[in-house]
Amino acid sequence: MRIVTTRARWGALCTALLMSSTLGGCGYNDFQRLDEQVKAGWSEVLNQYQRRSDLIPNIVATVKGEANFEQETLTKVIEARSRATSIQATPELVNNPEAFEKFQKAQGELTGALSRLMVVAENYPTLKANQAFQDLRVQLEGTENRITVARNRYIKTVQDYNVLARSFPTNLTAMIFSYKVKPSFTVQNEAQISAPPSVNFDKPAPAAPK
Amino acid sequence: MSFLRVLGLALALLWAGSAAAQDVLTVPPLTARVIDQTTTLSEPQRAALEAKLAAFEAQAGPQIVLLLVPATAPEDIASYAQRVADSWKIGRRTVGDGVLLVVAKNERSVRIEVAKALEGAIPDLAARQIIDRAIVPAFRQDDYAGGLNAAVDQLMARIRGEGLPLPEARGGAQRAAGLPLEQLGMFLFAGVLLAGGLLSALFGRKLGSLVTAVAAGGMAWWLSASVLLAIGAAFVTVLVVGVLGIGTVLQLIAMGAGRGGGGFGGGGGGFSSGGGGDFGGGGASGRW
Repeated sequence: MRIVTTRARWGALCTALLMSSTLGGCGYNDFQRLDEQVKAGWSEVLNQYQRRSDLIPNIVATVKGEANFEQETLTKVIEARSRATSIQATPELVNNPEAFEKFQKAQGELTGALSRLMVVAENYPTLKANQAFQDLRVQLEGTENRITVARNRYIKTVQDYNVLARSFPTNLTAMIFSYKVKPSFTVQNEAQISAPPSVNFDKPAPAAPK
Repeated sequence: MSFLRVLGLALALLWAGSAAAQDVLTVPPLTARVIDQTTTLSEPQRAALEAKLAAFEAQAGPQIVLLLVPATAPEDIASYAQRVADSWKIGRRTVGDGVLLVVAKNERSVRIEVAKALEGAIPDLAARQIIDRAIVPAFRQDDYAGGLNAAVDQLMARIRGEGLPLPEARGGAQRAAGLPLEQLGMFLFAGVLLAGGLLSALFGRKLGSLVTAVAAGGMAWWLSASVLLAIGAAFVTVLVVGVLGIGTVLQLIAMGAGRGGGGFGGGGGGFSSGGGGDFGGGGASGRW
């Protein structure tokens, strides 16, 4: 009788300890929560890229109306857009580092081509006076801001997830369920960004070295 | 290899984050609806704007905040405004309707930052129009109060057309905005009573209260990362479960509840953020 109660006590104690350690310590639920957050963050990034991609035909159409607009700049935007949209952007992309990098590169090129188009457009007084073009410019600016915010949030969420996947003891859970660290955004052209921009108003600048 | 790269990236990000944090302007505390760090507005002008915004919030619900700073360098105004909006989170908790107007006086730039909930009422183009038509002409003539007033009027007119839920009665809104720490405390307390009852039935009052105390301390430590809080929680648990006994405490609680649970909340009159505003980069910038 006495032995039974002691054993029951220790059994209950062990169960309580085990339960608290497994529930609180392994971080399984944290992984699920953060994984969903990463997915949602990524969807938001895609959403904003899509918004930009939808804006571009309007911008191109407006700029085409301008006689003797620099064709090369325009073509670059169109090509970069078709390259960027040809990549199947699915939520599963976050688990595939190569595809992720490809997608990011294509979008980065589109960003570059678009900002160049906007700079060049400054040289055309009729475009500057064109209300439709100015409206599109405001919308593009807002979209680029949204992309920045969405990317920043995605980076933060991925950081949380990756820290969880790497730190003890939750890395054991990650190992058991084979959760891998997720890829995040990088700056593609670091050397280009840190160099001061050269502005040449006479003729189009030479293509940036790849 | 890709592991190493990701780790390197994370380190680089961390380093960049801390380096950036040293250079950029700090986000000022949210003390009022109109925060003027440039002393551009006279006190009556500031008070009038403040009253206008307060009346609008009481009547319609959305929170509008004006922030005037000398300059935002080295950041551009858009990313500074985004950072401020992210940390203030103005807008009702349940609706998330907030608008932030930032003026960088010496840089002659202005930005209207719109929370996601209001992006329908104030699309980027509308924000740009408000800047171009209300703010820029007035600011060019050094009529800052006039420009801000006109901008605020137009913002309000646009928001009124949106049909947002009206503000609730005071008590409800304040209870909803309770601190998460308070909720955690309540949760922990209820857990202590439950677990304490169970464990003292199993092990007797002494051992049961000790086990519960260790568990409560561990939980508090895990949730708040503060050793002091953890020790406090453990101590209170021993007191509640071991010394007083669960039954007594439950009785006391029942008596307290019977008297009418006038709870937390408090803090009337002052302005605080609703905490619900989610800013996704909507809005527009302009220069004068």
